[in-house]
Amino acid sequence: MQVTFKKDGETTADLVALSDLKEGQGAILERLELPDEVALRLMELGFLPGHEVQVGKSAPGGDPRVYRVDGAQIALRRETTRHIMVR
Amino acid sequence: MSDCHNKPTPASTVRPALPALQGSPHRLVALIGPPNSGKSTLFNRLTGLHQKVANYPGVTVDYLVGSMRLNGRDLSVVDLPGVYSLNPRSEDEQVTRDVLQGQMPGMAKPDAVLLILDATNLGRHLMLAAPILSMGIPTLILLNMADDLRKRGGSIDTAKLADQLGAPVALISAAHGEGLDTIRAFLAGTVAAPRPVELPILQNIPACRQWAGRLSNKAGYQSPAPPIWTQRLDAVFLHPIWGPLIFLAVMILVFQSIFVAAQPLMDLVETVIADSGELLRGHLPAAWLQSLVIDGVWSGVGSVVVFLPQILILFTFIGVLEDSGYLARAAVISDRTMAKVGLQGKSFIPLLSAYACAIPAIMATRTIESKRDRLATILIAPFMTCSARLPVYALVIAAFLPETQLLGPFLGARAATLLGLYVLGFVAAVATAAVLQSSVLKAQRPPFMMELPPYRWPTLRSIGLRLFDRSKIFLTRAGTVILAVTIGLWALSSLPLQDGQAPPIAESLAGTVGRTIEPAIKPLGFDWRIGIGLVTSLAAREVIVGTLGTIYGIEDGGEGSVGLQEALRQSLDLPGALALLVFFAFAMQCFSTIAVVKRETGGWRLPVYQFAYMSGLAYVSALVVNHVTRWWLG
Repeated sequence: MQVTFKKDGETTADLVALSDLKEGQGAILERLELPDEVALRLMELGFLPGHEVQVGKSAPGGDPRVYRVDGAQIALRRETTRHIMVR
Repeated sequence: MSDCHNKPTPASTVRPALPALQGSPHRLVALIGPPNSGKSTLFNRLTGLHQKVANYPGVTVDYLVGSMRLNGRDLSVVDLPGVYSLNPRSEDEQVTRDVLQGQMPGMAKPDAVLLILDATNLGRHLMLAAPILSMGIPTLILLNMADDLRKRGGSIDTAKLADQLGAPVALISAAHGEGLDTIRAFLAGTVAAPRPVELPILQNIPACRQWAGRLSNKAGYQSPAPPIWTQRLDAVFLHPIWGPLIFLAVMILVFQSIFVAAQPLMDLVETVIADSGELLRGHLPAAWLQSLVIDGVWSGVGSVVVFLPQILILFTFIGVLEDSGYLARAAVISDRTMAKVGLQGKSFIPLLSAYACAIPAIMATRTIESKRDRLATILIAPFMTCSARLPVYALVIAAFLPETQLLGPFLGARAATLLGLYVLGFVAAVATAAVLQSSVLKAQRPPFMMELPPYRWPTLRSIGLRLFDRSKIFLTRAGTVILAVTIGLWALSSLPLQDGQAPPIAESLAGTVGRTIEPAIKPLGFDWRIGIGLVTSLAAREVIVGTLGTIYGIEDGGEGSVGLQEALRQSLDLPGALALLVFFAFAMQCFSTIAVVKRETGGWRLPVYQFAYMSGLAYVSALVVNHVTRWWLG
């Protein structure tokens, strides 16, 4: 179930946007390239760097999509997840 | 109810400490917690029917205050907005912070805080304890959903957690009433400020999260297994094919119920009001008094009460959808469509219900947490073609449009006109949303983020309380405004008295008003008689039908009445009739709606702008339609 990406020898090149992951995939949150206000709100919801995120179901068409993070399910639009970098 | 007794009893963790807050005549308890922590359920448990809604001065956030009786004394409980933190980035957080710091005008600093957190999601929810404890107010930390935690194999040592936090901790289940005694014991007994413990830097969210994680670990927190039923149900409700189909089915059910199923109930209410009015008439001495009480007050209040069935049905649905957790999924599914007009998924149900009536729709916007989206939804909801427009449309269409077939037997001119009016309202709503999006509400656009709570069985108690609450708000707030307006309108159409009798409507004050505004409405193709109808229909749109019936002296002048249709042709020609239809499509001819918008937005500013905007749009559009059709017909 859990897919964590390998940790050794990685560079920023290993980073992908959360929006590029498919349903059922998991990753570790790296950073939120969003305005402070949005990033802080996301962090309160559980999107903290170093935490694991799992990609869940979505609305028809894939947007918005549900993410499992820190014991909660949060729905986000692609316009937001494009700026959330994971590895 | 509880099947598990091997956990430490919650009461054991409430330790009597410093002397109680004595001498303070009135004790105020603040209830606070993140969204989806069961805060409202607990509030309802504690205060039952003894609650009222109030607005904080100057903001659109409103709050509930309830009272609970404890050892013969009344205690006020204030339900603060659901927040994840106290960093004041939104109005909700600002309000919560101000109240806790005693800086909210008109409200004392709370004597105690009940902090409610979801026990099944403790690591994240415990973060909120840091800013709350730092306030130094006596605090009881409630870990809610104890039953869920146990069922899914989780556990926590509340005594250890209390020790770590320096404040009492209790495991409760607000939905099942478990652990309420502990809360009462805490509030009745000695409440002490939290013992100072080391707290993280509040602005540093990762540090707060680490702190919360460390504390729950030390308290032996076993997080529960993921909610299996939620995952199974989401596999269906968010399925690429089944998801939208179920969504459509649910929406059709809601729409049909408020539109069709409410009708017999509304007819019943109408009959009861009319019959009881007639019964009452016999007991009133003077004719003018009969007229004021029966034709003014009784039927005026009746015109409001008649919406109650729709409100009750809609809020039963919303209660079930929201409490079960489906509403959040429905919002996810409809989000993309709504995003195209600058709104979000949660606006869908209010806008759909606005097709039945804007009043319940505007009251339903409470489920939208984003202030900006909520205001936008409130502003555009009255454009949706509500059921009160139908009698007006039916009368005017039947009187002026021939039953010509446009598409063979499938679409006649009359049906096409009606359909066109529905489309017109929808287009106006979408265009208004787009304009708002790119102007007034542009700056404050937070991205869509929504927590999907696990599915839960809705409880009768919670839905019943909500229905009671909604009906009370509707009847008192909308009712008082409508009462004043109907008495005013009655006076307009019944004064000045001639020989102690009401005058013919043409010679009444309303008639005078109709003639006075005639120059203004002449360019729309309306005469003074329509003018009177425009004035009286401010009470409710369909009132114009009855008014016109009275003016033309037609008995039984319903919208199907041939006599009224013929009479109406004296006042209007085809261009004027089309202008009238367009006017009713856009104008905010409904005092109940204005009253509800005032109530929901906490002031007159928004409803006044909205009324001016909609009336302006209605006037200009009717003007254009009148002149263009006149020119086109030669």
